[in-house]
Amino acid sequence: MSQIMGQPVTETFDDVAPPLLAIEQLGKRFGGFVALDTVDLSVPAGQRLGLIGPNGSGKSTLVNCISGTLQNETGSVSFGGRRVDGVPAHQRARLGLARSFQLPRPFRSMTVAENIRVPLLYTVGARHGVHLTSSELEDRCLEVLSLVALQDKAKKSPLDLTQVEMRKLELARAMAAEPKLLIADESMAGLSHSEVEDIVALLIRLNQRGITIIMIEHIMRAVMAFSQRLVVLVSGRKIADGAPDDVIKDKDVVGAYLGT
Amino acid sequence: MQFDLLINAIIAGLMLGAFYAAVTAGISISFGMLDIVNIAHPGFIILGSYIAYIVNAQFGIDPIIVAILALPVFYALGALVYGIYFQSFERRGQDSLRGLAFFFGLLFVTEVGLILAFGVDYRSVGTSYVGGSITLGPMEFPLRMLVPAIVSLAMFAALQLFMSRTFIGRAVMAVSQDPQALELMAVDPTRIKRIAFSLAMATCAMAGAFLIVIQPVLPSSGREYIGRVFAICVLGGLGSLPGTLIAALLIGVIESIATTFYGPSWAPAVSFGLLLLTLAVRPSGLLGR
Amino acid sequence: MRTPLFTLILLAIAAALYLAFRVIGNDYLFFLGYVVLQYVVIATAWNILGGYCGYVNFGSAGFFAIGVYSTIFFYNIGQSPEDVFPEFMLAPMAWIFPLPLPVLIVLGGVFAGLIGLGMGYLTLRLRGVFFAIATLALAVVLETFIVNWSFVGGSRGAYVIPPESVPVFGTFIQYLFVLMLLLAVASLAAARLIERSRLGIGFATIRDDELAAEASGVPTLKLKLIATVLSGALFGMAGAPFPFYIGYVEPNSAFNLSYAVNAIAMPMIGGTTSWIGPMVGALILSTLQQIVTVTISSAVNLLITGLLLIGFVILAPNGLVGLWHHWTARRSNS
Repeated sequence: MSQIMGQPVTETFDDVAPPLLAIEQLGKRFGGFVALDTVDLSVPAGQRLGLIGPNGSGKSTLVNCISGTLQNETGSVSFGGRRVDGVPAHQRARLGLARSFQLPRPFRSMTVAENIRVPLLYTVGARHGVHLTSSELEDRCLEVLSLVALQDKAKKSPLDLTQVEMRKLELARAMAAEPKLLIADESMAGLSHSEVEDIVALLIRLNQRGITIIMIEHIMRAVMAFSQRLVVLVSGRKIADGAPDDVIKDKDVVGAYLGT
Repeated sequence: MQFDLLINAIIAGLMLGAFYAAVTAGISISFGMLDIVNIAHPGFIILGSYIAYIVNAQFGIDPIIVAILALPVFYALGALVYGIYFQSFERRGQDSLRGLAFFFGLLFVTEVGLILAFGVDYRSVGTSYVGGSITLGPMEFPLRMLVPAIVSLAMFAALQLFMSRTFIGRAVMAVSQDPQALELMAVDPTRIKRIAFSLAMATCAMAGAFLIVIQPVLPSSGREYIGRVFAICVLGGLGSLPGTLIAALLIGVIESIATTFYGPSWAPAVSFGLLLLTLAVRPSGLLGR
Repeated sequence: MRTPLFTLILLAIAAALYLAFRVIGNDYLFFLGYVVLQYVVIATAWNILGGYCGYVNFGSAGFFAIGVYSTIFFYNIGQSPEDVFPEFMLAPMAWIFPLPLPVLIVLGGVFAGLIGLGMGYLTLRLRGVFFAIATLALAVVLETFIVNWSFVGGSRGAYVIPPESVPVFGTFIQYLFVLMLLLAVASLAAARLIERSRLGIGFATIRDDELAAEASGVPTLKLKLIATVLSGALFGMAGAPFPFYIGYVEPNSAFNLSYAVNAIAMPMIGGTTSWIGPMVGALILSTLQQIVTVTISSAVNLLITGLLLIGFVILAPNGLVGLWHHWTARRSNS
C-alpha cells in the first residue's frame, strides 16, 4: 500500500465540508471474479479527479456502481450526504449524478438535438418540476450543444457523426442533466492529439462552472493535464491516491503498470 | 394404491424429462450459448415428427432410425436459417425485435405449411415397441416412453462430450463468453455459430421422432412446447447442458405428478408457472452463480 | 397538428365511413369492416409496446382472449344471476345486469391491463427477450385456465346471443361496427399523442438504449409497465365485443394464433415507428386476408401472412412507411 494514501496531500483535499461523493468499503463480484474489493473514495465538491488503472482493474465497474448501472454488493455509496446504493440509476441522475459511456451510446433513432432533449425532459424537468415549453427546450438543447460545438449538427442523426463528435455528444448529453458530478468514462480513446486537447479543455471549462468531474482515462497526457488529484485502481483495489505528480512516481503504481 | 401411483408418476416423469431434455437441447445451444432466440425451434421439431411419420408410413422404417438419417438434412437447414439470420439481423445489429419476429414467422409458416400438407388430423407411427412395456414389481416402463428416453439420454451425452472435448465444442462454449478471445485464436465466430446453430437444428430431427413415438402429433403440437423448452432452458441456467438435463427431469417429474393427481389438462400451466417463478426469483437458473 | 384537431379529423373520417356504409346498406360490409377495424386496434396496441419500446409481445392472442372471456363472464352472470349471487342481492343485480357493451369493453380493458401489469412486473426487469418468452407461454396457460373453467364454457365453448336490433343503429352489427370504429379512432389518437409526448420520447429511449436511458434520468421500468398496461388494455378492449360479433366462442377461436401473428405482422409490414404504420398494415393485410379467405382458403391466407412477415423483416425493416419515405426521398433528390 502506498505511503501517500490516507494523507491529505494539500489543504484543498481536506474534508472540511462533507464530500460530494463518499464511497466506503465498496465491493462487487461477478461470479467468482472480484471486480471491486473494498474501495474507499471521497470526492469533495469542485474537484477534478483522474482515475487510472490497467484494463480490468475495476474502473468501469466502479463507475457503474457509482452511477447505478450496477448495484454494489458490499459497502456504501453516498452522494450529497445521502445514501444512494440501491437507488436506481435514473433517480441518481436526477440527484445530479451524470455519466458518459466508454463506448458512446446515443439514442440512434433520434436527432442530435433530441438526444439532448431526453435529459432535459427527464432529469432537469423532473428535478425542478418545471414544464419547459418546446421553444425553451430547443434553446436549451442548442445551448448545451454549443458547449461542445455541435450546434450545427443539431438536426443530424448521431449515426452520421464522426468519432470525436459522437464522444462530444455523449458528454453533452451528460451535461444537459445539469449534474453536480460528471463521470467521463474514457471519453478520448482513439482520438487524435488535438481532439484530446479539445476534450480536456472542455472538461476543465465545465469544472470551472462548478461541476465536480471524475475522469477515467488511459491517455496519461490528458490525465496529467486535467487532474488535480489522481487515484490508481489495480485489481479492484485502490493502490494510490494523491497529487498527480507524486502518484505517478509511486513505486506501487510504477510496478503495477510495468507488471512486476 | 397411492404410493404405487406416486412411484409410477415419478418414473413416467423421469422418462418424460429425458425426452424434454432432447427437446430443449437445441434451445440450450442456440439461445443459451449463441444468444439467438430461436422460438421456431418447436416448429422444426414438429417438422421432424412429420418427416418421421412420412418415411415410417411409406417404408415402415423405425422413426428413430429415420431421424438419424435425417440429421444431415436438418443440419443443412440449420446452416441455411442461420445464414439468413446472420445476413439480415445479426450483422446489421438488429437482432432483437426483428430477429424475434423472423423466428416467429418461421414458426408460424412451418405450422401452416404442415396444416396445408397434412391437414389438422393427428398422425402417429407404427413401431414394434409402441404397445409394449416392461414391468418391474409395481413399476411400469412403457416402451414408447422408455426407448425415446434412453436414446435421448445417449444423444445428450454425445452433445455434452462434443461440447467439452472437441476444439469446436469448446469454441462454441467460448463464443457466448468472449467472442474476442476467439478471434485471437484465429477462429471465425460466425463459422462457429453456424456450426452450433446447425447442430441445434439437427437435434430437432431426433426430438421430433421421439415426440411422435410418445404420442400422436398435430401441426400445432409445437406450441405446447414453447413455454416448456424455455422454462427448462432458463431453469437449467442458460447454456449449461447438465443444467438443462436436471431441469428437464425436474419439470418432467413435476408435470407427471400434476397429471396423475390433478388431471392432464393442467400440465401446460406447470411449466409456465415455473418459468415465471424462475424469471422472478432466480433468472440465473438452478445452477447459476 | 394538435391532438384535438387530429382526433376531430379522424372522427369526421369515421363518420363519413359509417354513413357511406349505411347508404350502401349491406350488412356484409359492416361484418367485414368490423374485422378490419378490430385489427387496426390490435396492431396499434401491439405497436405501443413493440414498436415504441422495442419489447416483443407474442401473447397478443392471450390478451385479446382476456377481453373476450371477461365479456362472457359478465354475460353469463347476467344470464343466471341466481347461480352467482345470494337471494338478497338479486334485486340490485337485476338493475346492473346485463351490462351494456361499452361497459363490457372497459372491463375487458381493465382485466387485460392488469394481467399485463402483473406479467410485466415479473419479467420486465430482465432482458427484453425474457419478456417475449413469457408472453409466448402466457397464451398457452391462459388457454389452459379457460379450458378448465366451466363457468365460461370450458372447452365446450359459450354462446352469446346478441339482441336482434338496437335503437338508432338498426341492426346489431351496425352497433358493433360503430363501437369498434370509435375504439379504432381512440387508439390511433392515443398512439399519436403518446408518440409526440414526453412519454413517447421516453419509450423511444428504451427502444434505442436502456442503459443510456436510465443514465439520462428515464425511469425505464415504470415506462415499460405503462406501455404494457396500455397495450394490454387495448387488446382486451378489442376482444371484449368479439363474443357478440361471433355468437359462439370456444377457446380455440378466442386464442387463435392468427391474432398473435397479425398483431406482429401488421405493424412490421406497415412500419413500427409511428402510428401510421400499424394502421396501414392492418388495413392492407386484413383486407387482403378477407379476400384470400373468401377466394382461396383460410390456411393459405395465414401462410401468406407468415411469408409476408418474414419477407418484410428481412427486406424492408422499416415496413411500407419506411419504403414510402425512401421512395419520396429518392424522388426529391433526383
